[in-house]
Amino acid sequence: MSARKFIQDFTVLKNIRLNPRHFVMELLAPVKLPALFPGQFVELYVEDSPRTFLRRPFSIHSVNTATNTFQLLIQIKGEGTKKLSSKSIGEKVNVIYPLGNSFTLPDTSDVLLIGGGCGVAPLLFLAMQLNTNGINPRILVGGKSKKDLLELDEYRKYGEVLITTEDGSEGEKGLVTDHSIFSKEQPGFKMIYCCGPDPMMKKVAEIAGKYKAGCEVSLENTMACGFGVCLCCVTQTLQGNQRVCVEGPVFNAKHLGWQKT
Amino acid sequence: MPDLSITLGKLKLKNPVLTASGTFGYGEEFADFIDLGRLGGIVVKAVTGKNRDGNAYPRMAEVPGGMLNSVGLQNKGVDYFVKEIYPRIKDFTTNVIVNVSGSTLEEYVEVAEKINELAAIPAIELNISCPNVKQGGMAFGNVPSSAREVTNAVRKVYKKDLIVKLSPNVTSIVEIAKAVVDGGADILSLINTILGMAIDVEKQRPVLSTVTGGLSGPAIKPVALRMVWQVHKGVKVPVIGIGGIMNATDAIEFMLAGASAIQVGTANFIDPGVSVKIVNGIEAYLRFHKINSVNELVGALKTD
Ligand SMILES: Cc1cc2nc3c(=O)[nH]c(=O)nc-3n(C[C@H](O)[C@H](O)[C@H](O)COP(=O)(O)OP(=O)(O)OC[C@H]3O[C@@H](n4cnc5c(N)ncnc54)[C@H](O)[C@@H]3O)c2cc1C
Ligand SMILES: Cc1cc2nc3c(=O)[nH]c(=O)nc-3n(C[C@H](O)[C@H](O)[C@H](O)COP(=O)(O)O)c2cc1C
Ligand code: FES
Repeated sequence: MSARKFIQDFTVLKNIRLNPRHFVMELLAPVKLPALFPGQFVELYVEDSPRTFLRRPFSIHSVNTATNTFQLLIQIKGEGTKKLSSKSIGEKVNVIYPLGNSFTLPDTSDVLLIGGGCGVAPLLFLAMQLNTNGINPRILVGGKSKKDLLELDEYRKYGEVLITTEDGSEGEKGLVTDHSIFSKEQPGFKMIYCCGPDPMMKKVAEIAGKYKAGCEVSLENTMACGFGVCLCCVTQTLQGNQRVCVEGPVFNAKHLGWQKT
Repeated sequence: MPDLSITLGKLKLKNPVLTASGTFGYGEEFADFIDLGRLGGIVVKAVTGKNRDGNAYPRMAEVPGGMLNSVGLQNKGVDYFVKEIYPRIKDFTTNVIVNVSGSTLEEYVEVAEKINELAAIPAIELNISCPNVKQGGMAFGNVPSSAREVTNAVRKVYKKDLIVKLSPNVTSIVEIAKAVVDGGADILSLINTILGMAIDVEKQRPVLSTVTGGLSGPAIKPVALRMVWQVHKGVKVPVIGIGGIMNATDAIEFMLAGASAIQVGTANFIDPGVSVKIVNGIEAYLRFHKINSVNELVGALKTD
């Protein structure tokens, strides 16, 4: 049985623009938050407009049980995210949550988190959770350029941050999968958690295979409901089509056929 | 307290609000949000003869006022339904109706025969929008003769209430409606999704893996309403209205146009509690207008 789901009006407590295309929204729950786990996501109702008809899915970026809030890290893509970016403090947002499965906690302390672009969103919450369990992960983030790297200081609170940029403006030049740790014989990780574009995650899964490390990836797919009834979000796995919103969004790379060994 | 109950064929509903196939899973997923017992009925998702994996992704494209889907009848087949799913849903305190689909006449008959044995299922909804593999993929529901034929074949093996769900992708829906009533349908439900398409101009490619897909949501409501009205005038059997119903006002429009009951589809994705809100909204409308029974709304449209 999956955990009980809720549909509630949250209050916008913060709406912080990180750069022209990204913002962090902090939402206050109307009642005490249930247990939430890294990897889970929420579905936000945007507003009644023909172009933002369906809800929009976002990963939980961080949770603060003391203030009864969670945060979302959102990239402005189209109409829906644009409207969310202009929400004012005090406005209400209707949320369905918690949705999806979560990352499984590792049986090793040699953990590497890899995020590309907005794919870092669920990794902050994961890093926090790992810290609570006494693990300091290494966190590898990549972007096109220095200005695409978000909230590095936040991540540094929870582990060592490694960086790649495609133009070399910060950290090592190249893609995350080009980072020099992957040319070492003993790279020092036994478990990888990854979120980003599919081609990047597939490459990461191959690398994990090479080092015989575990690998979990967080997928995105087109979603109409987000809670398992429409079957619009399925992805191919070794056990047939599975719903990204229920059996995912977190999948073991081996289960997807992305990692051979 | 106005009377919300409705009788369709032998089927007794505590109110006219049902949920549409493919948009409500097997109902279980909604238990966190609503009391299923408040609904007139639920139509569970399509059941076919054998396991089907459905289409490749992307399977969904949002469009203004609605969405396109190309899920493609993904389900584990009728034997799995009977063995694994039926025991979980048979004690729901609402009418559980099974949507029966297939790609050959024999497949429809096989599924209907097996569902006929299930005591807690009072009716089936025959989805004749599926492509007929023996007719080059042309949907059963697109030609009056094949619509009548599949209805008649199922009628022979199915003893309880037979609902036939009509496809809107036809020249004359009234002709198809007459053909399936002739074939033995007790009740008609309409409409299924309207065939549509979306294009990504940056990639210069279709958004859906299948190129075309089924349009649902408020965008199709005016078409659905028109079809319900035409079919209500054209046949004698009760009609269930479907298409873009988002709230009680939409539901009442369908009833005025001639629907004896309605199904809520895509709206469930946006508000999983919407079906019960529609029940409450219909009741409030009846009370406000001092109407004693919801039956008085059916076909009450004034056109003079
Ligand atoms: C499980 C999951 C978690 C996600 N987490 C985050 C996150 O933490 N931060 C973030 O910025 N984005 C996240 N996304 C992507 C985010 O949902 C989309 O960017 C957003 O829906 C775009 O809406 P829009 O109206 O601005 O864009 P438009 O492009 O105008 O949207 C049109 C339609 O396409 C859908 N869509 C567009 N892009 C995506 C996508 N990548 N995945 C799924 N549906 C999409 C929209 O939901 C909408 O229905 C996540 C997606 C999923 C499935
Ligand atoms: C994702 C999705 C899956 C559907 N699956 C089925 C199905 O399996 N069988 C069927 O008869 N209709 C199916 N339909 C059609 C709906 O039952 C309904 O007829 C249609 O969506 C129009 O109603 P709406 O606008 O309220 O959604 C599906 C619709 C959607 C959106
Ligand atoms: S989004 Fe509807 S099943 Fe996953």
